[in-house]
Amino acid sequence: MDTVIQEVLTHNKNGNLISILKEIQDNRIDLSKDVMLEVAKSLGVSFSEVYEIATFYSFISTEPLGKNIIRICKSIPCYLKSSDVVVATIEKELGIKPGEITPDKKFSLHLTNCIGACDMAPAMMINKKRYGNLTPEKVVEILREYR
Amino acid sequence: MPETRVILKNCGIIDPSSIDSYIENDGFVGLDKALKMSPTDVIEEIKKSGLRGRGGAGFPTGLKWDMTGKAQGDEKYVLCNADEGEVGTFKDRYIIENDPFSLVEGVAIASYAVGAKKAFIYLRAEYNYLLEKLNNAINQAKDKGYLQSAGVDIEVFEGAGAYICGEESALIESIEGKRGEVRYRPPFPPTEGLWRKPTVIDNVETLMNAPRIMANGADWYSQMGVDRSKGTKVFSICGDVEKPGVYELIMGTPLRELVENLAQAKDIKMVQIGGASGRVVPYENIDTPLSFETVLGAGGVMVFNQSRDAIEIIRMNMAFFEEESCGKCFPCREGTKRLLEIVTLFHEGKAYKRDLQALEDLSETMMLTSLCGLGQAAPNSLVDTLKYYRSEYESRIM
Repeated sequence: MDTVIQEVLTHNKNGNLISILKEIQDNRIDLSKDVMLEVAKSLGVSFSEVYEIATFYSFISTEPLGKNIIRICKSIPCYLKSSDVVVATIEKELGIKPGEITPDKKFSLHLTNCIGACDMAPAMMINKKRYGNLTPEKVVEILREYR
Repeated sequence: MPETRVILKNCGIIDPSSIDSYIENDGFVGLDKALKMSPTDVIEEIKKSGLRGRGGAGFPTGLKWDMTGKAQGDEKYVLCNADEGEVGTFKDRYIIENDPFSLVEGVAIASYAVGAKKAFIYLRAEYNYLLEKLNNAINQAKDKGYLQSAGVDIEVFEGAGAYICGEESALIESIEGKRGEVRYRPPFPPTEGLWRKPTVIDNVETLMNAPRIMANGADWYSQMGVDRSKGTKVFSICGDVEKPGVYELIMGTPLRELVENLAQAKDIKMVQIGGASGRVVPYENIDTPLSFETVLGAGGVMVFNQSRDAIEIIRMNMAFFEEESCGKCFPCREGTKRLLEIVTLFHEGKAYKRDLQALEDLSETMMLTSLCGLGQAAPNSLVDTLKYYRSEYESRIM
């Protein structure tokens, strides 16, 4: 874990905390208190400076994230196209609610504001991939690919 | 009036991964022309075109470039705002997906005009799948020597999920690696922007206009449009429509053309223009022309049919702002919370008559005293529905 953090810090020489925290998280290291403390110490900034970035942005999380991060849109355009049914399907498939992570840590589920895929509502992202025109059947198919 | 594709002229025509395909379709003609002119003359041309910012605020682009160009100091920046977070807006995503080269060319023209050696494209985290495409376009432009000719290096900065970072000063803070909190102004970015250096910050669509204007001339451009709204506008439309998508119209085209003819909406109750912070237009005003003088925003259009509950929609808008307020100024931090609470009372049929007045007072206070556009515009849809659909609110009073 320490080596990954040090590597990330090495190629973010400008010390931009947003890029650093995102990259650590992309390596699937949870931003625990210890991890944030190490980042702070290495950069010579206070813990609160790291923590305030980690808690401001919705794509950076201080809670554990799944190997696959599901972000499903909760905004109006998707809501008009019955995103609630899709959310309910995912909840049932994975046995978790939004904000939770599966016991095997394979998935975490998050409701997010508009992801700009309203022409293919309801839409979601899994990691860095976008999925649109979702139906309960389609979403079950998609989840199967990640299991 | 059907679609007029000026900004979107390459979308669906070129191969967005190949610069040769772009060059075959008059790519970099605008930049080549600009480079043969002095930076001051380029700015004059943009000024003469009447181009105004497409991110919603409509500030004259030439004036912004002029102020930045004339600002003291050698270190200057151009920032492209691709943090398209406004609910129901996806035109910039469509542009980057289909024609990233025109954007790169636009950034290069702006950088040459103001003398910026470094430019950043701030790409929202929700569009992270576009990063490769955008970097590919930048690298190909570099390989062909276009960016060197313009004297600029372009880098993509990935956001991390925050609506407020679409606000220019919050975006700047974010590139600096901080929380996306709004700055007090003045000073404005043209004098003190990124790292306190003179900075131009323009929306994706605004910068897309620059290559077209330089290639065809300001006179050609300013013939299109009405009043002080020149050129075309790119709209994204969604919600209760048959054909959601991205359409480009000459400024001043009636809303009906977009909503009924192009997107084929039926049985319309109301239309919200400019995302969650936009104005609500009832169906009776469907012939409203789309321009800076009337309604526009960033061009995100949501259509609601007769089956929709106005208060439900407004409650969702208020929940959005309550979550996305950066928390720096209290009219917005507290106001968005209280607006949500009170609208929820109406939604649940638990409101008192006095709550109508409370909504109006609080909205006015926020619009007058919030530090940035988020808090100032958050009550827009509420105020509009209180005007046009007041009986729906009154029917929910206990």
